[in-house]
Amino acid sequence: MNGIHDMGGMDGFGAVQPVETAEVFHGKWEGDVMAITRAMGTVGAWNIDQGRYGIEQLPPRLYLTSYYRRWLERCEWAMVTYGYAGADEIAAGRSLRPGKTPPKGKFTLAEIDKITRRGTFTRPAPAPARFAIGDRVLARNMHPRTHTRLPRYVRGHVGVVERLHGCQVFPDTEAMGQGENPQWLYTVRFEGRDIWGPDSDPTVKISVEAFEPYLDPVPA
Amino acid sequence: MTAHDHDHDHDHHDHRHGHDHDHEASELSETELRVRALQTILVEKGYADQAALDAIVETYETKIGPHIGARIVARAWTDPAFKQALLSDATKAAAPFGYKGDVGDHLVAVENTPDRHNVVVCTLCSCYPWDVLGLPPVWYKSFAYRSRVVKEPRAVLGEFGVSVPEKAEVRVWDSTAEVRYMVVPARPSGTEGWSEDRLAQLVTRDSMIGTGTPTSPAERCA
Repeated sequence: MNGIHDMGGMDGFGAVQPVETAEVFHGKWEGDVMAITRAMGTVGAWNIDQGRYGIEQLPPRLYLTSYYRRWLERCEWAMVTYGYAGADEIAAGRSLRPGKTPPKGKFTLAEIDKITRRGTFTRPAPAPARFAIGDRVLARNMHPRTHTRLPRYVRGHVGVVERLHGCQVFPDTEAMGQGENPQWLYTVRFEGRDIWGPDSDPTVKISVEAFEPYLDPVPA
Repeated sequence: MTAHDHDHDHDHHDHRHGHDHDHEASELSETELRVRALQTILVEKGYADQAALDAIVETYETKIGPHIGARIVARAWTDPAFKQALLSDATKAAAPFGYKGDVGDHLVAVENTPDRHNVVVCTLCSCYPWDVLGLPPVWYKSFAYRSRVVKEPRAVLGEFGVSVPEKAEVRVWDSTAEVRYMVVPARPSGTEGWSEDRLAQLVTRDSMIGTGTPTSPAERCA
């Protein structure tokens, strides 16, 4: 979806404030909301793409509040959407009825190491890769109203395949509960000037990871 | 079915916790109350133990952080064979340095050279190599960084005090899938003969994102 989250190339957010701080969280609640999110993810309550889609659907004024505030909004939404709590329970601040059993059971101290182990998204390839390293490819001019990981700023532009990352879970279907639908994943490199115009910095190159359905071949 | 179609806003939330938490309202903010409510629901419904939730926070506060990445970079600086292995398959090469001897799949290490400076971003959310750098700094998740670094990376790098030679390529890696990037910065001059441990102390978090450079030995010794 063409949401507020798709920020590459937008103007108006001012200068970056590279403040150095050793603090990981600013207020206990930030760490707590991170832990809640990770725990529910680990027990399989919702997948990473469903979680991201939850944030993308926030009204822009909520999206623009703060990072962990977005996570909090997403958590409440996902708990209700995926059936782990009722809206009445969220409002009451306590359980009013038994919950449903998450696919991977309860999150206990014994599961703590799973938190730090990033899962793999690689899956067996259903078909050979369509593109090879060095191929010129067109990022499709597509504007799905649902979740996608092809940023707006590269759509309609031609890039070059630089790396192959195997076949991976396809976020566009996974976020919608339509299955993993594995697709080949490529690093596609673009010239900055092709994207930002002839007056922009000629030394800039930008790459994105693009799933095969995001790409069309470009005649040599 | 559209999520958030009720468009919940501050006003909505301001009164929905009122009944159950009146006694605490003076001490805890609305946001804190909402987080506590979720915690209570997770524990009461048996989705998670409170101790396990606390352990997640502790893990990211104390165990996983840029010290892991720094050791990887220091090894790459002192061991050319390791550097080659890291650049060709970072997931495999970096694993022994990771917490519990593992880093997640699809880690890619990219090397800064005199001809190319690398910088990492996630324009769509906040993808970041947690396994080797810990949780991302606030600026990495900021709208200014996410919106601008793909369009005017030299200006953004300038705000970090990083200047890239005029003719060098600036390569921006936008982490749009489950591939994670770390930058291997150039080894500072004046560190010949330094031990790996000593070198690791020069490797800053930002230098592994591409928005910084390693601490110079002069600064370190000063």
